[in-house]
Amino acid sequence: MYTLPSKLKLFSIILVAIGLVGIVYGFLSTPKTVDDVQHIIEEHQAHRAANNSATADFIDRARGEEGFSDRSLQESQDFAYNDGSLEHAEHVLHQLQARPWSATFTAAFFFMMLALGVLVFYAIQYVAKAGWSPGLYRIMEGITNYLLPGSIIVLLIVIFAGTNFFPWLNDDLVAEDKYLQIKSAYLNMPFFVIRGIIYVAGWNLYRYIARRNSLNQADALNFDFYRKNYNISVIFLAFFFITEAFMAMDWFMSMTPHWFSTLFPWYVFASMFVTAITALTLITIYLRSIGLVPFISNKHLHDLAKYIFAFSIFWTYLWFSQFMLIWYANIPEEAAYFTIRVQEYGTLFFGMLIFNFVFPLLILMNSDFKRIPWLIVITGIFVLIGHYVDIYLLIMPSTVGAHYYFGIPEIGAILFFLGLFILLVGIGLGQTSLDPGNDPYIKESKNYHF
Amino acid sequence: MAANKIHAIYTDDDLLLQAVKQTHSKEYEISEVYTPFPVHGLDEAMGLKPTRLAITAFLYGLVGLSLAVWMMNYMMIMDWPQNIGGKPSFSFHQNMPAFIPIMFEMTVFFAGHLMVITFYMRSRLWPFKKAENPDIRTTDDRFLMEIEVADHNVDELAKFLYDTGASEISLIKNEEDI
Repeated sequence: MYTLPSKLKLFSIILVAIGLVGIVYGFLSTPKTVDDVQHIIEEHQAHRAANNSATADFIDRARGEEGFSDRSLQESQDFAYNDGSLEHAEHVLHQLQARPWSATFTAAFFFMMLALGVLVFYAIQYVAKAGWSPGLYRIMEGITNYLLPGSIIVLLIVIFAGTNFFPWLNDDLVAEDKYLQIKSAYLNMPFFVIRGIIYVAGWNLYRYIARRNSLNQADALNFDFYRKNYNISVIFLAFFFITEAFMAMDWFMSMTPHWFSTLFPWYVFASMFVTAITALTLITIYLRSIGLVPFISNKHLHDLAKYIFAFSIFWTYLWFSQFMLIWYANIPEEAAYFTIRVQEYGTLFFGMLIFNFVFPLLILMNSDFKRIPWLIVITGIFVLIGHYVDIYLLIMPSTVGAHYYFGIPEIGAILFFLGLFILLVGIGLGQTSLDPGNDPYIKESKNYHF
Repeated sequence: MAANKIHAIYTDDDLLLQAVKQTHSKEYEISEVYTPFPVHGLDEAMGLKPTRLAITAFLYGLVGLSLAVWMMNYMMIMDWPQNIGGKPSFSFHQNMPAFIPIMFEMTVFFAGHLMVITFYMRSRLWPFKKAENPDIRTTDDRFLMEIEVADHNVDELAKFLYDTGASEISLIKNEEDI
């Protein structure tokens, strides 16, 4: 039985406290008036001129008229040439005010998706009647203990962020935009809130029931609870993959409401799944190193590392599929999404490929390396960092545009949610024995060999 | 005398695995095991080295990748630049996203096909080859372990094999030696 060491508990509480200070500082230090912004823009311009960077002037001037594509590119233009107008300054003010929201959301979603991805992995094990993994059930359940508070925080952030994230909430903008008027049948605040509540409630309901059944199964004399868990896991997976698609569209894609990609929800899912399995692997390695899960052998580690390897490649596949099609077709309203990411976030955008693809590919390709804990830990940390950057790039370019930094609000948010994650996962792991007891496949899992 | 062999036949895969482990630990030389289906953990019990096929697959993949890079560069950039969809056609790196599917396919193609061919060559298999199977029942429900007699006492070895649970034990004399 695991108990969260008091030092680790103290450490996580300190992280939460420091993180909270960082987040609050981020909100308090945003510029309040247009005058402040004018100042910032001047500095920005001076810096930009010194670097002599290319402008992002890619409007089709031959056509000589403004269209929807021009509007969708507006954001990209704004940073490039500034006439010092009031309108521009207001736009930048808006972006700067969105920054602490975005920083908090990035970290909040990143840690929430660790718990959510592990929950999906857990459901998949039940549905597949997997024989190798029941030994990991209690660890997975411990990690999903973070889901309830984590998902509620994320939901509150997206609801209260308002126009900081979602341009379709800006009535003035919608009034002059035919596309947004059409989309307002789906993209409106009441429906948005209802959908968000459905997603979060559904996920947490499954977590609650599955956890209860799993605990009852530990001392049961028959396998009724296991069968119940199988049934609700099937339902949950169907529910999850639908709600995950809409969740990705609602919370991320609608930040740029003119842009759409049918592949986008699965791209977010791939990121979620690979990070979640990485977190599960790291926590398993930690618990194994302190000798609490003697029934987890390096064969189990091998399988987990295979998942990290495979889903890193899967993530890259989706990333590239989305990128290449849009790059090749080069339709302005589609390309706007990548234009800002390549021009303003180029290093991060392509750099994350090294963390998320090249690194796991080359290190985990060798079969023997998948059984060496310290190599998996190093790869896992790189994957986690890489996918934090991935989430950062989903959010930041859409909300703050070119005015991004990595400063106190971002670090504060990471520390806050990391502390909360350690605390809640530690409590979750400590609630019961890490041995799943009378699970029908536990013997196979403990004797797992290949 | 040197090439004499003993064929021991077992009726169960678990029994075979047990026997292979015991024989291996006694340092008798197992030259081959014939089974109707792959037996889990048999390679480890026989003391076979891990396959190096994966390394060759990696190298073949690199060959395929390099060839694809060279091929696309030669065809689409150097020899005959074509304007497809208005994409830049005068430098490799600007046009690379369009080439990645080809690089991937060539990598997989080379790794896959050359690995299979390597496997056939290493296992000495080719079309129309006559099967090297000492006992036809090993394609049905019997498991056969082949042990080199070398300079061991045949009777002792046979007794040992009988104790491991063999249902049939036969001495195969090499014709050329007689």
